[in-house]
Amino acid sequence: MTSGTFEDVHDLTNREYQFGFVTDIESDSAPRGLNEDIIRLISAKKQEPDWLLEWRLRAFRHWVTMDEPTWQHVRYGPVDYQDIIYYSAPKPKPKVGSMDEVDPELREMFNKLGISLAEQERLSGVAVDAVVDSVSVATTMQKKLADVGIIFCSFSEAVRSHPELVRRYLGSVVPYKDNFFATLNSAVFTDGSFCYIPKGVRSPMELSTYFRINAADTGQFERTLIVAEEGAYVSYLEGCTAPARDNNQLHAAVVELVALDNAQIKYSTVQNWYPGDAEGNGGVYNFVTKRGKAAGVNSKISWTQVETGSAITWKYPGVVLTGDNSVGEFYSVALTSRHQQADTGSKMVHLGKNTRSTIVSKAISAGFGENTYRGLVEMRHSATGARNFTQCDSLLIGKQCGAHTFPYIEVKNPTGQVEHEASTSKIGEEQLLYCRQRGIAEEEAVSMIVNGFCREVFKMLPMEFAVEAQALLNVSLEGAVG
Amino acid sequence: MLTIENLHAAVEGKQILRGVNLQIGPGEVHAIMGPNGAGKSTLASVLIGRDGYEVSGSVRFDGRDLLDMSPEQRAAAGVFLAFQHPIEIPGVGNMYFMRTALNAIRRARGQDELDGADFLALAQERMKLVEMDRTFMTRSVNEGFSGGEKKRNEVLQMAILEPRLAILDETDSGLDIDALRIVAGGVNALRTAERSMLVITHHRQLLDYIVPDQVHVMTAGQITRSGTKDLAAELEEHGYAPVEVGS
Repeated sequence: MTSGTFEDVHDLTNREYQFGFVTDIESDSAPRGLNEDIIRLISAKKQEPDWLLEWRLRAFRHWVTMDEPTWQHVRYGPVDYQDIIYYSAPKPKPKVGSMDEVDPELREMFNKLGISLAEQERLSGVAVDAVVDSVSVATTMQKKLADVGIIFCSFSEAVRSHPELVRRYLGSVVPYKDNFFATLNSAVFTDGSFCYIPKGVRSPMELSTYFRINAADTGQFERTLIVAEEGAYVSYLEGCTAPARDNNQLHAAVVELVALDNAQIKYSTVQNWYPGDAEGNGGVYNFVTKRGKAAGVNSKISWTQVETGSAITWKYPGVVLTGDNSVGEFYSVALTSRHQQADTGSKMVHLGKNTRSTIVSKAISAGFGENTYRGLVEMRHSATGARNFTQCDSLLIGKQCGAHTFPYIEVKNPTGQVEHEASTSKIGEEQLLYCRQRGIAEEEAVSMIVNGFCREVFKMLPMEFAVEAQALLNVSLEGAVG
Repeated sequence: MLTIENLHAAVEGKQILRGVNLQIGPGEVHAIMGPNGAGKSTLASVLIGRDGYEVSGSVRFDGRDLLDMSPEQRAAAGVFLAFQHPIEIPGVGNMYFMRTALNAIRRARGQDELDGADFLALAQERMKLVEMDRTFMTRSVNEGFSGGEKKRNEVLQMAILEPRLAILDETDSGLDIDALRIVAGGVNALRTAERSMLVITHHRQLLDYIVPDQVHVMTAGQITRSGTKDLAAELEEHGYAPVEVGS
């Protein structure tokens, strides 16, 4: 009767990854490996200007001098960077002018993911820039956005049509020497999204990108750049899924955000990349650098993320608060189940006066999952009156998972205020019994308790995303108790 | 309705219940008193199916083998425990929790689920029983509740879930006289000809408010004496010790 508790739910751990299908689209791929010729090939394929090729090559030459970081609290076998295909594009199709012209197989794939572009365009008014294996296939609603002066397009297109903007801001937040994975990305990034909101404009809709890794053994290296000019506002949604694969897939993206005076950027992510199978084979390595620069006075950058996927996660979305009175926020739910490992958190660097930052991290570990919060709060000499509030809560489900917290705090200005709260709790047998005594079955009880635990973060997500995030968490948790 | 025969329970080899026999008919209210460590709360735990006990003996509830059912099945069958220490569930609204529970039980019984509006009407009516106001329902389950509020919240859940057998585990502990009166008033309002109750308490005072049909004394894992409500008064005067000598 009750002794079956954990085994029953453990069976569900082995439920198949819902999005584990492969779409048969002919790919135009580069040979495996990485050298200057590959970088020249990528740059040529994308018809890039010389300055960008030079930037890539500088990054590559720096990258070969760097070592892969080892300080993170995760374990994985060596990555053979010469065994990766650095460029893979769906076979070129004529440029699409409307949804009808999009490859039916691609559309089918999006339908399986539940994000039919046509539906999204019609029903929700969300502009979707769909990235499949590094190349943007369809960009919708561009016109409507263009009417108010917003540029929302693939990164490659931005390089062609707005080179001056790209050149000005590319690497301005995450320099090409920043870290091993960001430097690799700088050398080989293939595509991504670009968004520019001009002075005083509020984006009339949520902007959205869905990433998907499709071709076998394709490392995916997106580059996203969002610039909000003075007084501009944008809310940007990023959602990711990847099909099941036996081999680990490397994903090293870079996202740069720039907010000028009084501008606001809200960046929300729901990520459910393939976490690997029940034995811990396969899964995506998600080594991502995400950083915003709250450059202007009173500017604000918010990161909200719900992450349930990837075999290994290494990411610390942060904000560099240079503008006086600027605000940085990070709200995160990270779930690791099966054999997933996550080393994630946030970096808030205070430079301007009266800058404020908030970090709310909710880590959920289940199965054999290992979840590490690693955060840096840094207040420099110039940051008079800076304040930070950090709250890290960990929830353990079952007996074989782990949660760890590594907060780093560096305060160089005596007026700085830093608050740090941390808690670790288990979904206790007591909570479960209480729910079950009231008639609620165990799985529903776990889902209810976890959703309650995450409520502070969910309420920061845009409505339609919050519903999706909650559903995703429930799906991920179906196998989580063990 | 509830028949307990020769019930034994042990935790990690330590015997706690040593052959409990008890019979409760429909609509009857039975009280169990006894010193700390006698096994009163263990009896409640075993009846609701808490994990971690080695159990033998028999418990039949409406003719069904209760020991063979999961905690949620027992709840659906109509067994309810007002916890001695109600559990906090941060971030989960009290209203949402109770509706989820009621609908889970209704589903298990093949009844239609209540929608939000119907549930709200039901909840508001039942909240009057324990003098709770609406703000209770928007708060997280038991989070930040005072001791008295937690106990009232337990009785509210009982009022909403309408069990066949309600077990009250030291529902009076930590209550001041006003809270005790409210909680007991709620419980009394829920007494019906079909609903049975098992009231576990240390104090006779509760039994002045919730008057039992029978009082049992539990010592060292057995029911050693049974009687009418007068037994409670006698226990208060003489303590449990003479009972042990006499048995």
